Amino acid sequence: AFFWLLSLLAASLLWFVSVQLSGREDAALLQLGAAAAVLLQELCRFACFKILKKVDEGLATLSEDGRSPISLRQMAYVSGLSFGIISGAFSIINILVDSAGPGTVGIHGDSPYYFITSAFLTMALVLLHTFWGVIFFDACERRHAGGLGLVVGSHLLTSGLTFLNPWYEASLGPIFILTLCTGLWAFGTAGGSFHNVLKCLSCKGGQD
Amino acid sequence: MITFMNNSDSEEEPCNERTSLMSAESPPVPSYQDGPQASEGGEAQAHRKRRAGSSRGPNNVAGGEMSGSGVPVRESALENEEEELTLKYGAKHVIMLFVPVTLCMIVVVATIKSVRFYTEKNGQLIYTPFSEDTPSVGQRLLNSVLNTIVMISVIIVMTVFLVLLYKYRCYKFIHGWLILSSLMLLFLFTYIYLGEVLKTYNVAMDYPTLFIVIWNFGAVGMICIHWKGPLQLQQAYLIMISALMALVFIKYLPEWSAWVILGAISIYDLMAVLCPKGPLRMLVETAQERNEPIFPALIYSSAMMWTVGMAKPDTAARGPSQQTWDAAEDGREHLRSPSHAESQMSETRSPVPTRPVSSLEELEEEERGVKLGLGDFIFYSVLVGKAAATASGDWNTTLACFVAILIGLCLTLLLLAVFKKALPALPISITFGLIFYFSTDNLVRPFMDTLASHQLYI
Repeated sequence: AFFWLLSLLAASLLWFVSVQLSGREDAALLQLGAAAAVLLQELCRFACFKILKKVDEGLATLSEDGRSPISLRQMAYVSGLSFGIISGAFSIINILVDSAGPGTVGIHGDSPYYFITSAFLTMALVLLHTFWGVIFFDACERRHAGGLGLVVGSHLLTSGLTFLNPWYEASLGPIFILTLCTGLWAFGTAGGSFHNVLKCLSCKGGQD
Repeated sequence: MITFMNNSDSEEEPCNERTSLMSAESPPVPSYQDGPQASEGGEAQAHRKRRAGSSRGPNNVAGGEMSGSGVPVRESALENEEEELTLKYGAKHVIMLFVPVTLCMIVVVATIKSVRFYTEKNGQLIYTPFSEDTPSVGQRLLNSVLNTIVMISVIIVMTVFLVLLYKYRCYKFIHGWLILSSLMLLFLFTYIYLGEVLKTYNVAMDYPTLFIVIWNFGAVGMICIHWKGPLQLQQAYLIMISALMALVFIKYLPEWSAWVILGAISIYDLMAVLCPKGPLRMLVETAQERNEPIFPALIYSSAMMWTVGMAKPDTAARGPSQQTWDAAEDGREHLRSPSHAESQMSETRSPVPTRPVSSLEELEEEERGVKLGLGDFIFYSVLVGKAAATASGDWNTTLACFVAILIGLCLTLLLLAVFKKALPALPISITFGLIFYFSTDNLVRPFMDTLASHQLYI
C-alpha cells in the first residue's frame, strides 16, 4: 500500500507540474497523467518485488530448515491485494461518502448509473491488482519478460478502457472479461489447475 | 522515560486550569519506544533483559526487546532458533501494535467527522499564546513558530522536572500527579466528550443516568489503569484516553501551529531519547540502574500486563498470559526478581496518558510484548485527526496519512529489533505522515478529483 501511494504521489506530481506548465487543463494531459500513473505503479510494484525478495532471502537464512515461513507466492498475493485495496479505497471512498449525503445522481446530464458502475469498476480493479501482483512476481522470479510486458500492457489497457466511460458497454464489458482472463492466468501461474480444483472439491465432499 | 516525563508534565497542568491541563498533557515528550519500550525506557529494558534472559538465556537481551520487526540480526548460529522465534513473535507484536494504533485513530477520525464541536475554534490554550488570525502569511508563520517554541519549552521543562523528581525519588509526588491527571482525563474530558456526542445525535439523557455512567466509567478506568484489571480492558482504557487527549489537542491547537508542533516534537523526541544528555535517556538509564520498571500507567502494553499493577515490590508476576491478572505473581517473581519496581512506578504514573508507553511486557516465557508510549498514540492520532478535519481531499488524505504512520511504525519497530534499545517512536512516522499529508492534499487531490469526475481509473 505504501508503495502504491508513493507511485500515486509521483504521478500526481508529474501531472500537477505539467498542468501548471501548460497553463490549462485538458484531456490530453489527463491521459498523459493516467499513463504515467500506470507506469509508475508498475515500477513501484517492481520495487516491492525487489524488497520482498530480499526479505524472503533473509527469512530463509534465518530459519532453521532454509525455507522462509512465507513463500514468495504468498507475498505476491499479499502485495497484489494491498495494491488493489489501497487503489480501490482511493477510488471509491469519496464517492461512497458523497453517496451517503443528499443529491441526485446525474442531474446535470451525466449517467445515472455512476455509483453502481463505479462500484463494479473498483471491484474489478481490486481483483485485477491482486492477479497482476501474482503474475508479476512470478514473471520476475522466472525472468519471464513476456509476463511482465503483458501485465503492464493489460494495466494500460484497463486504464485506457476507463477513458471510454460513460460508454459503459465498451468499458465495463471488456474490463470484466480481462479480469476473468487475468484471474485464470494468475490461478494457473500460482500452480492451480483444473485437477486441483476438482481434488479440493472432492476432498471437501469426501470428508463430510 | 520519555513517556513518563510527559505525563508528569501534563499532570501539573491540570491543576491550574482546564486549558493548562490540556496543554500539559499533550506536550509530554513522546518518548515512544517503538521497540521494546522506548518510552518506558530503561525499565522496560531492564525487564526485558531479565525476561529475555529467562526465556532465552541470560545474555539475550535483544530478544526481549525485539518486539516489533522481528528481524533479528543475529550473529551467532546458536541464536538462529531464537531469532526465528523472535522473528515470529516480532511480527506478531507488530500486529499487536497496529491494532491499538488503528483503533485510536479510528475513534479520533470518527469523532472528528461526526461531532462538530471538535472542529470549532473556541479559543486556544495558554500554551499557544499567539493567535493565528493575522492577515499576513509571514505574521501567521511567525506566530506559529513562536507557539511551537513556547509549547516545546513547556514540554522540556516538564520533562526535566519529571526526571529530577524521579532521580530524587519523589515517588509520592509523581504518583499523586499521575493520579490527578488521570482523574481529570477520565472524568472531566469524558463528560465533555459524552456531552458533545449526545448533542450531535440529539439524544436526551438525564443527569442521574449521566452521573452513573460517567462514575462507573471513570472508576473502572482508574482501577484498571493504576491497579489491576483485565488486559483488554486496560488496553481499551488507554486507547480511549489517548483518543480523548488527541481530540483535545486537535480542538485547541491552531492550524499551522499544530503542524509545526508535530514536526518539532518529533525532532525533540529524537534528541531526547538518543542524545546522551537527553532527559528521556537519563530517565531510562536511571530506571535501569535501579532496576525499576517504567511507569506502567503510561505505557500501552500489548502483552501481559505487568505494568499496571499496584506498586508493590513483589507483585511482579502478572500472569503469564494475557488473561487476568491475579495469579501471575509467582511466575513473575522468579522471572523478574529484580524488577519489581515496575509495579511501583506504575502506580505513580497515571494521569496524563500523554505519552504512555506501551510496553510489551513479556509474558513469562517467550511472549514478549511491545511497549509503546501513550504519547505516541496521541500524536499519531493528532496527525490523522488533523488530516481528517482540515484536508479538503477528505478521506484520501486521511487514508494516506494512516498508511504512512503505520509504515513508519513498522520501520521503527524494525530499527528497534536491529538496535535493541529504546528508540523514539515519533520521528519516522510523523515525518512520513507530514510528507504524505501535505503532498496528498496539494498534489494528489486535484489529480484524483479530476480522474474521478471523468470516472477514470488508474
